[in-house]
Amino acid sequence: MTTTKNWPLWEVFVRSKNGLEHRHFGSLHAADADMALENARDVYTRRNEGVSIWVVESKNITASNPEHNGEMFEPAKDKVYRHPTFYELPDEVKYM
Amino acid sequence: MSEEQIRNLEKQFEEHIARDEKIEPKDWMPEKYRQTHIRQMSQHAHSEIVGMLPEGNWITRAPSLRRKVALLAKVQDEAGHGLYLYSATETLGITREEMYEQLHTGKAKYSSIFNYPTVTWADMGAIGWLVDGAAIINQVPLCSTSFGPYARAMVRVCKEESFHQRQGYEIMIKLANGTFEQKEMAQDALNRWWWPSLMMLGPTDAESVHTEQSMKWKLKRKSNDELRQQFIDQTVPQADLIGLTIPDPDLKWNEERGSYDFGDIDWNEFWQVVKGHGPMNKERMKARVGAWERGEWVRDAAMAHAEKKAERKEKEAV
Repeated sequence: MTTTKNWPLWEVFVRSKNGLEHRHFGSLHAADADMALENARDVYTRRNEGVSIWVVESKNITASNPEHNGEMFEPAKDKVYRHPTFYELPDEVKYM
Repeated sequence: MSEEQIRNLEKQFEEHIARDEKIEPKDWMPEKYRQTHIRQMSQHAHSEIVGMLPEGNWITRAPSLRRKVALLAKVQDEAGHGLYLYSATETLGITREEMYEQLHTGKAKYSSIFNYPTVTWADMGAIGWLVDGAAIINQVPLCSTSFGPYARAMVRVCKEESFHQRQGYEIMIKLANGTFEQKEMAQDALNRWWWPSLMMLGPTDAESVHTEQSMKWKLKRKSNDELRQQFIDQTVPQADLIGLTIPDPDLKWNEERGSYDFGDIDWNEFWQVVKGHGPMNKERMKARVGAWERGEWVRDAAMAHAEKKAERKEKEAV
């Protein structure tokens, strides 16, 4: 008998403690979401690295294409007026 | 893409790396960079996985509960390290199944050190102290390598690895301070693992074919010979401290160099083991392939169960 179907790939996100966001930790293979959670606990949190885990099947993630980084991110580059340093203040104003 | 365009991209790529910027999986990269990383990272993963076998051999026979939980945790870490590295390699477009296939058919190599047998409990001490010690020296520079997923996996691996070496050295301390027979056992393990540990840091610089390119891509920061010297200089005092003798009659402190001089390494033995003629090559592959084959029905059953559950959920939703 040969394996008919391989376990799909999952992306693992871990919140290391309350107050911090979930961060991408890596990926793993599992048959379903429950198994992905359990495997993620064993693979990525063997030393109390987390208090909460998200798993999402990798195929469900839509990623931007780095080849299009120009169109995607450059429009923000010349908008210096979005930063506080763009605005001139008299020296007398110490904090603003 | 025209050849000139590719040359241009390659130039930009090398400049990126020279500026210490990371390469991420979906970024453009030269085919050689992709292939070199697939090869090195998958072989690194295979080494972690095969590396579980020599130590797994002693879990049930650990001399105390303290030693048993430590060894179990170490072997579990190695499984984890293999998994971090396999999934980091998958980001380059190779599947897990292809990598297993390469390991199981002998197309891909793993560290030759794991082709030596673990015949006494002291071998658990020697492996942790020497083999993990040499591995750490190899791995620390990889935490800042140019390929993002590899560097991130290595940061995690290195953080976890230092307990491995300490638990090994602790085993050696205990045996070296024990009965005559226990001390003999520790010395015997050191005698057998010393030279293979030195070989583990790779062929001499004169023989090493990949060094220059690997330096450029930050897959290497120091040459094999430099790493080996570092390992020797740091390990000899540790052996002295616990009254064990390094099995090298030519070992001598060189005041001028501020380093130890050491004897000739038997590279013939190294190449024999790499080519598959080490004492345990066949045994290791048999164990690995056997575990994979015996697990097949479990993997299939888990998949079938997951599909059935998903179907049921879908029906209930209608």
